[in-house]
Amino acid sequence: MAEAIAAGGERRRRIGAPPPLAALIARRIAISLLLLLAVSVLVFAGTEMLPGDVAQMILGQGATPQALAGLRAALHLNEPAWLRYLHWLWGLLHGNAGHSLVNGMSVATLVGRRLINSLRLALFTTVVTVPLALLVGITAAIWRGTTYDRVVNMLTIATVSVPEFLFATLAVLIFAVRLRWLPALSLVMRGASFLELLRAYALPVATLSLAIFAQMARMTRAALVNILSSSYVEMAALKGVRPIRLVLRHALPNALGPVANAVALSLSFLLGGVVIVETVFSYPGLAKLMVDAVSTRDMPLVQACAMIFCTAYLLLVLVADVIALLANPRLRHR
Amino acid sequence: MASDVRAGEAGWHVEVANLLVTARGASGVSTPIVRDLSFGIARGEVLALIGESGSGKTTAGLSLLGYARPGCHIAGGRVRVGTTDVLALSRSELADFRGAKVSYVAQSAAAAFNPAQRLLSQVVEPALIHGLMSRRAAEAKARELFHALALPDPERIGDRYPHQVSGGQLQRVMAAMALIVDPELIVLDEPSTALDVTTQVEVLRAFKRVVRDLRTTALYISHDLAVVAQVADRIVVMYGGEAKEMGTTGTILEDAQHPYTRSLLAAAAPPGVPEAAADPAPPLLDVADLTAGYGGKGRAFIPVLHGISFAIAPGRVLGVIGESGCGKSTLARVVAGLLPQTSGQVLLDGKVLPARVEERTREQLRAVQIVFQSADTALNPARRVGPILARPLRFYHGMRGAAAHRRVGELLDMVRLPATLADRFPEELSGGQKQRVNLARALAAEPRLLLCDEVTSALDTVVGAAVLELLAELRRELGLAMMFISHDLSTVRAICDDIMILYAGQRVEFGSRAALRQLPRHPYTDLLLSSVPQLRQGWLDNLGAMHLREATGEPTLEDGARPCAFVRRCALRIEGVCDRATPPLRYLSKGGTILCHHTEAELSLEEVEDVAGPAQGASAVPDLE
Amino acid sequence: MSDEPIRGRRRAPLSPVALAAGAVVVACFALAVFGPALALHGEGAIVSRHIFAPMSAAFPLGTDYLGRDMLSRVLYGARFTIGVALPAALLASGAGTMLGMLAAVRGRTLDAALSRTMDTLISLPTLIFSLVVVAALGSSITVLVLTAAVIYTPGSYRIARSIAVDLSATDFVKAARARGEGGLAIMLGEILPNMVMPVLTDFGLRFVFIVLLLSSLSFLGLGIQPPYSDWGGMVRENIEGLSAGAPAVIVPAVAIAILTISVNLLIDNLPGRGSPRRGE
Repeated sequence: MAEAIAAGGERRRRIGAPPPLAALIARRIAISLLLLLAVSVLVFAGTEMLPGDVAQMILGQGATPQALAGLRAALHLNEPAWLRYLHWLWGLLHGNAGHSLVNGMSVATLVGRRLINSLRLALFTTVVTVPLALLVGITAAIWRGTTYDRVVNMLTIATVSVPEFLFATLAVLIFAVRLRWLPALSLVMRGASFLELLRAYALPVATLSLAIFAQMARMTRAALVNILSSSYVEMAALKGVRPIRLVLRHALPNALGPVANAVALSLSFLLGGVVIVETVFSYPGLAKLMVDAVSTRDMPLVQACAMIFCTAYLLLVLVADVIALLANPRLRHR
Repeated sequence: MASDVRAGEAGWHVEVANLLVTARGASGVSTPIVRDLSFGIARGEVLALIGESGSGKTTAGLSLLGYARPGCHIAGGRVRVGTTDVLALSRSELADFRGAKVSYVAQSAAAAFNPAQRLLSQVVEPALIHGLMSRRAAEAKARELFHALALPDPERIGDRYPHQVSGGQLQRVMAAMALIVDPELIVLDEPSTALDVTTQVEVLRAFKRVVRDLRTTALYISHDLAVVAQVADRIVVMYGGEAKEMGTTGTILEDAQHPYTRSLLAAAAPPGVPEAAADPAPPLLDVADLTAGYGGKGRAFIPVLHGISFAIAPGRVLGVIGESGCGKSTLARVVAGLLPQTSGQVLLDGKVLPARVEERTREQLRAVQIVFQSADTALNPARRVGPILARPLRFYHGMRGAAAHRRVGELLDMVRLPATLADRFPEELSGGQKQRVNLARALAAEPRLLLCDEVTSALDTVVGAAVLELLAELRRELGLAMMFISHDLSTVRAICDDIMILYAGQRVEFGSRAALRQLPRHPYTDLLLSSVPQLRQGWLDNLGAMHLREATGEPTLEDGARPCAFVRRCALRIEGVCDRATPPLRYLSKGGTILCHHTEAELSLEEVEDVAGPAQGASAVPDLE
Repeated sequence: MSDEPIRGRRRAPLSPVALAAGAVVVACFALAVFGPALALHGEGAIVSRHIFAPMSAAFPLGTDYLGRDMLSRVLYGARFTIGVALPAALLASGAGTMLGMLAAVRGRTLDAALSRTMDTLISLPTLIFSLVVVAALGSSITVLVLTAAVIYTPGSYRIARSIAVDLSATDFVKAARARGEGGLAIMLGEILPNMVMPVLTDFGLRFVFIVLLLSSLSFLGLGIQPPYSDWGGMVRENIEGLSAGAPAVIVPAVAIAILTISVNLLIDNLPGRGSPRRGE
C-alpha cells in the first residue's frame, strides 16, 4: 500500500513535470536571439527616422548631383527600408558595419580598439565589485534587522538613487583636485607601469563600482533573506545546526542561483554607468565613442555601438536566467 | 543513568512550568501568546497539545527546544527536559541540545526539507553534527528507521531529493530524521494534518508503531481530537494561549469538564440532519456525462473530470467527497461557468446552461451561486462588508440606496451577524464572521442552488460546526438546494441527502446517505470511510488490515488501455480486467450506483469475509448517522 | 466563543524616516512650482563678474561659468528636472498599470502580444536606447518625455501584470466572474482597489529612474537644450569649474541626489509596502 502512495506521487509528478533542463535552456537562448533580432529592427528603425538626406549630409551643400546619386547608390539609399535593413544586418553579421559618416573610416576599425578598452574597464569593475557586494549582501542578510543591516540598507538606497556623475565629479574634486592623489583624466600611455595603470583606473573603476555595488548588494541580500526565512532553514536550526554551517550548508547552496542571478542582473547596470564614467574621465572606450557619434549624428557608428551594448545586455540577462534554471534542484534532479 | 534518577524525583521526564511566550506586534507592544502554561510528560508517554489555530500550541511545542519564532520571545517560566534546564542554556549549548536531546517534526515536510540535498544526508545530519555516530552507522540506522516506518524501497529512498517523494512519505522520512538521535523527547507538530485521510492513516500507524517500539517520549500537537485520541496517553486542551483542561485521553473524551473542551467534542461529531424526502419533482440541476480539465490551446490538456453525471432536486443537498486532486472543486467551477466543460451537458430546470459564464443569462447566473472555501481570499480586502454585499443586490436586483442598505442589514441578520459589521473591512472580521459574510453575498442573489466548496475546511472545528449549523438552518428556511463539496465525511454527513464519491475525476459511487451506510460499497468508498479517524480510543489499533486494504505491487498497465481509475490502489482488482477496461456502471440493490468490475454479489462476499475478520465487534466504519 | 474578531484596521503610523523623506519630496515639488518666484535673480541674468565664485552671503551657492547666481539657477532648474520627469513617470506608470491589468484580465492573445512587446522594449539598455532616439529625433522636451515614458512602461507593466494576475486568481475575483461581472467592472471594482499601494510605489520608482535618466542625458549634453537648463545640464555647463572646486558643479548634482534619495526612502519606509494582501 505504501507502493500505491509512491505511485500517487509519480502520477502527480508526471502531470506537472516541467520539460527537460536542456530544452528549457535552449528555449531561453532562442528567445534571446529573437529578442536580439527585434532589437536590431528597433535600432535600425530608430536611426532611420532621421529626417534629411544622408548623402547630402556627407558630401555637403556643394556636391554635384552625380556625386550624390553615386553615393546614394553606394549606400543603397534608393532601396526600400526593409532591404536596406537586410543589407545592414547582413553586413553586421560579417563584421562589416559600414563607414563613419564623419570621417569615412570603417566602423569596425573605430569600434575595435574602443571595445577592448571598455571591456577592460568593465572587467576591472567586476573584479572589484562582485566580492565586495557579495560580502556586504550576505552579511546584511545574516544579520538582518540589526543596526548594521539598517545602515547598509540606507546607504545602498542612497547610492542607487544618486546619479553616477555626482560620484564621478565628487571623486575628481576630492582625489584629483583637493588631494591631488590621482589624475582627473584616465589616459594610459603605452608602456605605462603597473602603478601608473592603477592610478589611471582607480577613479573610473571606483565610480563605476559604486553604482552597481549597491544594486548587487541589495539584490544579494534579498535573495538570501528569502531563503533564510524558509521552513527548511528553521528546521535545520531546530536540528541543532550552528549558524555558520546553517548559512554555508543549508542556505547558500540554495541561494547560489538567486545570488548569481542578482550578480548578472546588476552587472547589466554597468552599461548605463559606463557611458557617464567614460565621458567624465575622457576614457577612450566604446561609450564615449557612441556619445560623440550621437552628437555628430554619425548613424552607422551609433547603430553599431547600440547593437554591441544591446547584445552585451541581452547576454547578461540570458546568463542570469540560465543560472536560475540551472540552480533549480527540481530541474536538475528529475 | 544518574539523570534518570533525578528526573524520577521530580516525577516527570519533561516538565514545563509557568511558561510565558510573548510576541511583539506591529505597534511594538508585546502581547503574551502562551500564558502560564504548565504540564509534565512521563518517560515513554505521549502527551497531546490540542487547540485551534492561534491557541499557542506550536509556540509551546517549539519552546521545548528553547526556540521562539522571529518576533516571539520566551519571557518566563521553566522548561526541563531530562536533567536539562532548557531556558538556561547559552546559544552554543542550545545548538548542542536541539536535535540531540529533543527533535522536531514539522507540519509540512515538503517545506521543511532542504530542496538541494538528498534525503539521506539530511536524515543523518543531526546524528553527525552532534557527533553521536559515524556516517556509516548513521546511514545504516536511517535505513532501519525507513524500514520501521514502512517506507517503500527503504534501502534507496534516501538517495532521492525531497521533490521526488510524496507528501505522506516525506512526513515519515522526517520522523526518521527526528528519531535517528534517540531523542529524550520528540515534538510532533500536526504531522498528519496536511495529508489526505487515506494517507494520514498510514502515517499515523507508522508513527504510533515506532514511537511505541522505541518507547519515545513525545509531545503530539494537533487540532484534531479524533487523531489525538488514537496516539496520546494524556491530553492538554489549549485555548487562547492557556491550558484549559488536562487529563488522560479517556477522561477528556468521556468526561470533559471545561466548556471549551465540550464544544470541541460536540463540533467533532456534528449531529446529522434528517434526510429530506426524495422529491419526485424534476431535478433543478441535471449534469450529464461531464468531462472537463485544464490546459489545452497549445498547452497539454490535463483532464480532471471524466463522464460525471448526477442530478439535484429542488431543496435537496448533494455531498461530493474525495481526496485532494479528485476534481471536486473543478466540478463546482464547471457548474458555476468558470471552467467550460469539454463535453457533456449541464441542465438547469431542464434547459441547457451555457458552458461559459459570459453566455449565461442574468437569471441563470442568479440561480446558481458559488461559495468559496477560504473567506480570507473570497472577500475583496479593499472593500467594506456593506459594498461587498450591495454589489450583487445591484447587479441582480437593480437595488440601490436605502433599499440596498436595508437589504444588507437583512442579509447580515440572516447569517446571524450584527448589522454594524457592514462598515468593517474583511480583515477586521474573525474567520467565522468572514465565512458568514461570504455566505451572505451568495444569498444576496436569492439563488436556488448554492455550490459550497469546502466552506468549513479553513475554519477551526468549533467555528466550522457553527457555520455548518447555519447552512442547515438556511436550507430549511429558504428551501435551498446545495452541492456541498468536502473532503471531510463528518461535515458531509451533517447536511447532505445524497452523496457522490469522486476518485481521480470519476464518480465511483453515488447514492443516498442511507444507501451509503449499507454494504456493499465500492472498494474506494470502503477505504475512504474506514480511514476517517473516529473519536474513540483504540480505533486505530483495532483497525484491521482488511478495512484499510490497499493493493500491493504495481499493476502492469498497457499503453492505450483505459483501466479503472482506482486500479493501482484497489485490493480487489482482477488482473487482466481492471487494468484493461473501464469498469461498468452497476446499480446496487441498496440503491445507488458504483463504477466497478465486480458484481454486487462478489463485493458482498468480499466484505462479509472482512467482517468475519479480527475487527469483529468494533465497527471500523463510522456510522453515517 | 472561539471566534474573536480582530478590532480595528491595522494602520501603522508613518515612520519618522518616511515623514522626513516625505517632507523633502513635498519641498522639492514646491520648488518646481514656486521656484522662479522665489529666485532673487533671473534665470539668465549675469550678476557677478566672478565666475565659479565660492559660496558667499550674496551668492549662497556661488556663481556659475558665466557669473550667474547658482541659487536662482537651481530654483529655476527644478521646473525642468521635476516638470519633465513627472509627466513621463505618470505616462509610464499609468500606461504600464492599465496595460498590465488588461493583459491579466483579458487573457491569452492580448497578454501574449503585450508581453512580447514589453520583453523587447525591456531588453534595450535604457541610456543606450535614449541615445539612439536622441541621435535620430533630437532632444526636444516632447521627445524626452515620450522616450522616458516608453522606456519605463515595460517595468510598470510587468509589475502591474504580475500583481493583477495574482489578484485575478483570487476567489473574490472568481466570485465576481461567477456573478457575471464584465471585464471592466472586475478591473476597476475588484482588482484596482487592491493595487493602489504597489502602483504608487512603482510610480515613485519610475520617477526616480526617469530623473536619473534625464539628468544623465543632460549631463551628456543630449537632454534639455540651452538656453534652458535642468540640474543635470548645470553640472555639465559648469564642469570646467571642477578643477577650481566650484560649488556650481556639485550643487545641482546634490540637488538631484536629495530629490531621488528622499523619494526612494519614502517608498522604502511606507507602511504595508506591496499589495495589502501581502501583509498577512
